[in-house]
Amino acid sequence: MDLTTITYLVVGATFALYIGIAIWARASTTGEFYIAGKGIHPVANGMATAADWMSAASFISMAGLIAFNGYGASVFLMGWTGGYVLLALLLAPYLRKFGKFTVPEFIGERFYSQSARLVAVICLIIASVTYVIGQMKGIGVAFSRFLETSYELGLYIGMGIVFVYAVLGGMKGITYTQIAQYCVLICAYTIPAVFISLNLTGNPIPQLGLIGSMTDGSGLTMMEKLDQVVTDLGFAQYSTQVMGSKFNMFVYTFSLMIGTAGLPHVIIRFFTVPKVKDARSSAGWALVFIAILYTTAPAVGSMARLNLHQVIQTGPVGEETANIEYANVPAWFKKWEATGLLAFEDKNGDGRIQYYNEKNAEMAAKAESFGWKGNEMTKVDRDIMVLANPEIAGLPNWVIAIVVAGGLAAALSTAAGLLLAIASAVSHDVIKGMINPNISEKGELLASRISMAGAIFLAGYLGLHPPDFAAGTVAIAFGLAASSIFPALMMGIFNKKVNRSGAIWGMISGIGVTMLYVFQHKGIFFVPGTAFLGDMGPNWFFGISPNAFGGIGALVNFAVAIMVSKVTAEPPEHIQHLVEDIRVPKGAGAATDH
Amino acid sequence: MDTKAAQYWKANLRLLVSLLVIWFVVSYGFGIILADALNAIRIGGVGLGFWFAQQGSIYIFIVLIFFYAARMNALDREFDVHED
Repeated sequence: MDLTTITYLVVGATFALYIGIAIWARASTTGEFYIAGKGIHPVANGMATAADWMSAASFISMAGLIAFNGYGASVFLMGWTGGYVLLALLLAPYLRKFGKFTVPEFIGERFYSQSARLVAVICLIIASVTYVIGQMKGIGVAFSRFLETSYELGLYIGMGIVFVYAVLGGMKGITYTQIAQYCVLICAYTIPAVFISLNLTGNPIPQLGLIGSMTDGSGLTMMEKLDQVVTDLGFAQYSTQVMGSKFNMFVYTFSLMIGTAGLPHVIIRFFTVPKVKDARSSAGWALVFIAILYTTAPAVGSMARLNLHQVIQTGPVGEETANIEYANVPAWFKKWEATGLLAFEDKNGDGRIQYYNEKNAEMAAKAESFGWKGNEMTKVDRDIMVLANPEIAGLPNWVIAIVVAGGLAAALSTAAGLLLAIASAVSHDVIKGMINPNISEKGELLASRISMAGAIFLAGYLGLHPPDFAAGTVAIAFGLAASSIFPALMMGIFNKKVNRSGAIWGMISGIGVTMLYVFQHKGIFFVPGTAFLGDMGPNWFFGISPNAFGGIGALVNFAVAIMVSKVTAEPPEHIQHLVEDIRVPKGAGAATDH
Repeated sequence: MDTKAAQYWKANLRLLVSLLVIWFVVSYGFGIILADALNAIRIGGVGLGFWFAQQGSIYIFIVLIFFYAARMNALDREFDVHED
């Protein structure tokens, strides 16, 4: 059977499964729509959280970024896992004790203010929509390759599918669907990794292959071999290259960690466990399931990079016959060229591909002496690496089909979770909480479905021109959540003296300063051509990249909130009692019922 | 605030701070600030700093969360603030 047929079969079967579960578990009450009643076991909840969490950014994009940024990409690995420690220790148990449906609801009650709630809703929507843009990029890439069509058409098809099951389902449908999706995506990620690790290092466990030795008879370890291959071509040494600077990496990691703990679609998960103590262990289980992918990713990234270079540069650099002839490239190369995400230009007209770092002066001089006229791989989109990886390694077609299904599972599950968070913010916090408290359950469900549809169209439209690779776009979303929601939640629990004005001005200044910084470098609402400062190193404040700036925004938020609280009236007595109450687990029982 | 609740909260904060110190040291410390120095020590084919940044810190994060959950369950009982 050819690849396209197998891919249709595998992807079709997994989709039938998800949609079947969504219809079977269709939500009938608002409580079920948002938080699936209360009976979800911590291990099951952890698995669903992991699927919710690991998006196109983790599955499709991250290993590609690791492949090309080496050690520098550690910011994603540490940032997107370390946040769970903060979530388990600082937020989850207390928010579960508080026991309401949404994050803005907590902020509104703790800071005794509808304005604070509204500000939280706006921050939540900005961060979540940005996040969905990143998912749309991932979905677009996966569909364009799978259907062999353009990126744009792939994106439109993805929007339609997200619409169907997010809008029909609700949380209950999504929880069970997400458990199925976790299983699909983790198999899809680890199976090719096992084969590739076995090929290169003889060790079937990718985590050990990463630190293992090559089986090609060179006597080198995998990492030494990779360092040698990339430095021979003038690229930075894989195991030590930094992202921007060490300082930028520090701020970037910080931004991703607190953004993780501030993203509403993850927090909302911890409202669904039966008890406070389950909220603590649920975060641990989620991280176990996440870590299976995250500790595999460094092996996937490094081995993909090695394989990619060895396909193109088949022998010693500089030998004429050591560069592959374009006429002999493997089929995957031409397939990806068709999507526009991979591009080759024969600059010196020798019919062979030269792929090297032309910006490295020493390498450029060497290249000239070889008769090379510049780097001929003019585009290698990082987001294709995971999907192309099994093909590059020459794995069988069924493995490739599973990877496509896994990538779609990752992107769709996260998009659905985010859309649910957006929908509940609009229908529950804005419409029911502020505009029309007497709205019927039916009316509330309808409003949330309409807001989901709106968010899909907005994110899809902006996804046509994403500001970065999927993982970069998602990093911006984390920065926005880090700078607004996390500080407000944390201070709400750990500092009794932070008051209404402090929280409101803290959130506004935190997200404000982050958005200003991102937009000045990436364009206003990411519309191309509207950036008033270029997106490049010398224009960055202390060398901090826009994707990492949420960490600074969060510090601004904390500082402003504490200062404003000092000069304005203390929170009223009953609010201080409320804070004392959420600090102890006792009496959490019926809290989720309205 | 009655003293028992205050003591419970204090014990919680002490635990939190010590675990967050470990959290900081393994990621920002070993993985970023001290990575170059630690890379002199090899673990298999990679430097120790690199390994902490891409593998080790993640394993330790998991241990931290489960340790915290277990300790807090014990504290909840000790101070009699656990759920029924």
